[in-house]
Amino acid sequence: MLTDITAAREAALADIEGAATLDEIATLSTRLLGKKGDLAQLKTRLGQLESIDDKKAAGQAINDAMSIVSSALDERRTALSVEALSVRVEAERLDLTEYVGKPTRGHAHLVTQAWERLEDVFIGLGFQVAEGPEVETDWHNFEALNMGEGHPARGEFDTLFVDHVTPDGKSGTTLLRTHTSPVQIRTMLESEPPIYIVAPGRVFRRDTPDATHMPVFHQIEGLVIDRDISMADLAGTIEAFTKAFFGAGFTSRLRPSYFPFTEPSAEFDIQRPDGSWIELGGCGMVHPNVLRAGGLDPEDWSGFAFGFGIDRMAKERHGVEDIRDMYTNDIRFMEQFS
Amino acid sequence: MKILLSWLNDYGDFGDPTDPVAVQRVADALTSLGLEVDSVTTVGETVPGIVTARVLRLVQHPDAAKVQRVYVEAGDGVERHVWCGAFNMAVGDVVPLATLGTTMPNGMTIERRGILGIDSEGMLCSSSELGLGDDHSGIRILPSDVALGRPYGEALGLTLDVLIDADVTRNRPDCWGYVGIARDLAAKLGVEFRPPAPGSTVTGDERVAPVEIIDGDRCARFTSTVISGIEVKQSAEWMARRLTVAGMRPISNVVDVSNYVMLELNQPNHAYDLDTLGGGGFRVRLAADGEALTTLDGEERTFTADDLFICDANDVAIGVGGIMGGLDTEINDSTTTVALEMAWFSLVGIGQTVARTNLRSEASARFERGVDPYGMPTAIARFVELLSETCPRLVVHAGAVDARSEHLPAEHRSVDVRISAVNRILGTDLAAGDLPRLLDPIGYTVSGTGDTRSVVLPSWRLDSTEEVDVIEEVARHYGYDRIGKTVPKSVVHGELSVRQHRRRLAREVLLGLGISEAMPNPFLAPDTLAKAGLPPEALRITNPLVAEESVLRTSLRPGLLRAIAYNESHRRSGVALFEIGHVYPPAEGELPGEYEALTVVLAGADAPAAVSVWRELAAALGTGARLDQSKVPDGLHATRSATLQAGRDPLGAVGEVAPDVLEAFEVTERVAILELDLDQILDREPKPTQWKSTSRYPSSDLDLSFVVPDEIPAERVEKAVRQGAGNLLVDVDLFDIYRGERAVEGTRSLAYRVRLQSSDRNLTDADIADVRRGVEAAATKLGAQLRT
Repeated sequence: MLTDITAAREAALADIEGAATLDEIATLSTRLLGKKGDLAQLKTRLGQLESIDDKKAAGQAINDAMSIVSSALDERRTALSVEALSVRVEAERLDLTEYVGKPTRGHAHLVTQAWERLEDVFIGLGFQVAEGPEVETDWHNFEALNMGEGHPARGEFDTLFVDHVTPDGKSGTTLLRTHTSPVQIRTMLESEPPIYIVAPGRVFRRDTPDATHMPVFHQIEGLVIDRDISMADLAGTIEAFTKAFFGAGFTSRLRPSYFPFTEPSAEFDIQRPDGSWIELGGCGMVHPNVLRAGGLDPEDWSGFAFGFGIDRMAKERHGVEDIRDMYTNDIRFMEQFS
Repeated sequence: MKILLSWLNDYGDFGDPTDPVAVQRVADALTSLGLEVDSVTTVGETVPGIVTARVLRLVQHPDAAKVQRVYVEAGDGVERHVWCGAFNMAVGDVVPLATLGTTMPNGMTIERRGILGIDSEGMLCSSSELGLGDDHSGIRILPSDVALGRPYGEALGLTLDVLIDADVTRNRPDCWGYVGIARDLAAKLGVEFRPPAPGSTVTGDERVAPVEIIDGDRCARFTSTVISGIEVKQSAEWMARRLTVAGMRPISNVVDVSNYVMLELNQPNHAYDLDTLGGGGFRVRLAADGEALTTLDGEERTFTADDLFICDANDVAIGVGGIMGGLDTEINDSTTTVALEMAWFSLVGIGQTVARTNLRSEASARFERGVDPYGMPTAIARFVELLSETCPRLVVHAGAVDARSEHLPAEHRSVDVRISAVNRILGTDLAAGDLPRLLDPIGYTVSGTGDTRSVVLPSWRLDSTEEVDVIEEVARHYGYDRIGKTVPKSVVHGELSVRQHRRRLAREVLLGLGISEAMPNPFLAPDTLAKAGLPPEALRITNPLVAEESVLRTSLRPGLLRAIAYNESHRRSGVALFEIGHVYPPAEGELPGEYEALTVVLAGADAPAAVSVWRELAAALGTGARLDQSKVPDGLHATRSATLQAGRDPLGAVGEVAPDVLEAFEVTERVAILELDLDQILDREPKPTQWKSTSRYPSSDLDLSFVVPDEIPAERVEKAVRQGAGNLLVDVDLFDIYRGERAVEGTRSLAYRVRLQSSDRNLTDADIADVRRGVEAAATKLGAQLRT
């Protein structure tokens, strides 16, 4: 009996050793450990033994053999699993640098990117964003901004006029806004102070395009109207913007200039960490006549305004040599930029 | 304004032009005053190797008519021979000789070169060759009493100098003259200001050149002074040099003094030959419509009744008031007596004539900005003082005329200035005593006590009229850089509006779909809208730069189609572009019907690609619309386009661009297109989507295929499926469309996958059978047949 048990065990172990796949292991597991397996069959012969000790010894031997076979099956199954996994993984090897796709992301216009960056910085400084029409009235674009009819500064704007006729039959008074400043007037007329806005937008000049000028371009304008707003507040706001937008190592300065809609007026320059200066834009204290045009009493309210070009920010940030390239809508140009 | 530093130093000790530190200090001070310095250039550098030489002999060569042989001596006793193409010198003249090896300002090196086998040992130089102006008509003749063989700069008294180019803004009329700049700069730098102080002028008997001002609103002051004893000749070297540096050609002593006084005192003026002045006097009147005058620049021009003429006493026009004299009244070599005009013209009037005629001059630029209406007496005296230097027998006659109209600005204008207002606007903490300290040096006279002070405005600052103008002067002379930097304490919080947020969202969705943002020109050519299949009604620019850019767009479509064509022509097919921008259709009202639009174009794609973009956008923005294919939008493909209908108003269009439009734009690919009116979409923010529970029970998919006649839109089939499926329906997905041989003529097969799920139990076969029956019934009612 014990010999048979040993023989059955050894035969089983040999079968397990010879199994080459997990499927064979599964089949063997059923055959060797199941009720019809050789060892299970030997159990049925235990009753034929005479002595209790023999029965005990044989039973123990069968159980031991079953246990050994079971362990061998587990071991072999694990080994085969590991091998099968490694074979599969090896078979699935890919060269990830074999890239045949194309990037599918679209590209925002450089002006939009600069525009949104500027908006975000000013929002962080407590400004809201205002907008206005691009086709404007002479009144909003000039007259309300302290440039009445015949004001010599009007000529410097190279205005494009539109053949729209107003309800009272006037022509020649509708134009393409030459700056974003009409939004100042609209904001003052439509809302109550305190006013803290920036107005980014498209503006138009009768200018022949060249490497640094386009007849259609973009500006951002800031307007603050509140109680006792001073030129020191203007200088401080420009400084805060400079540090937020360009970096902590940058500073700003104001120097006298002239605009009809502000007084005192200033140009503001930004100083790079290396000491060089960039002329950025114009600013000043809102002229009392402009406050009046906006329906505000200059004795009650004061404010400042500032403005500068967006296109130039985009152009200089990316080193674009000719501003016209930003407007060719050439996909090869757009794809250069994220 | 170009400022020669040595000239400016006539009016104060501003700095040695050869000291770079001093020059920088002056430039910085000018910029800090608002006179932004564009450039600082060194002038008066002489060319080494060019020396003084005397002409010994002039010899004509028989075979060379255009050149002559000149023998010169340059202080070393050696006779040198040079060929010369100029003939203006005489024996005994001293001329500049560029010796062999000299490198000229234009880079040329003087070499021993021959004509007809005879070498030239140098070159004689013209003014332009020396870099002294643009006169190249002859050799520059130097003063004859100088040492020979010396650098020519010594003979001309040339010294190293700097020319500062500073921008003068419109509010600084005074800075069109040296004295105005010097006054501002002296105050800033704390330097003593020394304006010219010419003495009394009248030296002769009475001679009157009468003046009659007809149109006093255009000319408010006109003085005429008769000066005799004039000898017309060349100006002194120093004056000619200063004028040359200022960009004016020296002409004669009278004309040069006239220009010099204008540059110095900002008072344009004109000297008329009294012997040829008709009637010996002046009439100042508007031109008649069509009246002609040949101006000093030699052009005959016609004028209108809005232009001001200076006429002689016989009413013959002799000049355009404040802008340019007439050709016939020019001083000539035989002039001995002049009537000197110094006048004041209406700023607006000058501006109008300049704008209309495009005729402009140094004088008009000054009058247009506003010269001092009370500066004439000093300017007349200065004119006489300077002219006396070359005309020692000059006589200024009594009887000078000073005609004025009631339109002349008051001599003493004053405004009240509150110190509290100064500090409120500037954010400073100035005391009352600071005002005179800052203002008096620039001619603003402060008086009074308490918060409100009276300030008399200088007559040369016509731009100054109100309190805030004085506040600006205080700021300039206090120093913008000394004003603090504070941040206002705002109660407003920064944010984007709903519309701005949603615009960004739309842009992000499109970028995520691989579509890039274009910014085409909003100006179109007159035929572009028609080419795009759009109504031609549009606003026009009345003064376009070019006709091709004279129409305001009513649609973003043409610009984007042109962008596709451009990219195709650069071998980039299949581009996907969008634009978010304003369009400007005509409309009744104060302003046209401007609105914000969005257009997407997908080159090389069919209409469904555009529908798919629309669905993505609509889902992201929480909006929707019905696709109405019965309404074909203008210029789109008749069988592949739909109007997007939301309620009564069309929201936009989707589909493909019509083939004939593509052809007109020279686009060879198909172009799928989506056009939206963002004004209807961006302002309305949808309510936040409300949560729905996700079922824990398994779902089951049911694939149903229908034979659908072509005239029934898939949209309606899907709607029928949804209705028929009842409340177990989770999702319907069209996954296959078949048209072809195996389909019945005039139909196609549409296959939908219907996902079913219950929120509270497992589905049974009976449930699925019910859904199938329900869907079949709804589809049959529509005219679609369920395939089994």
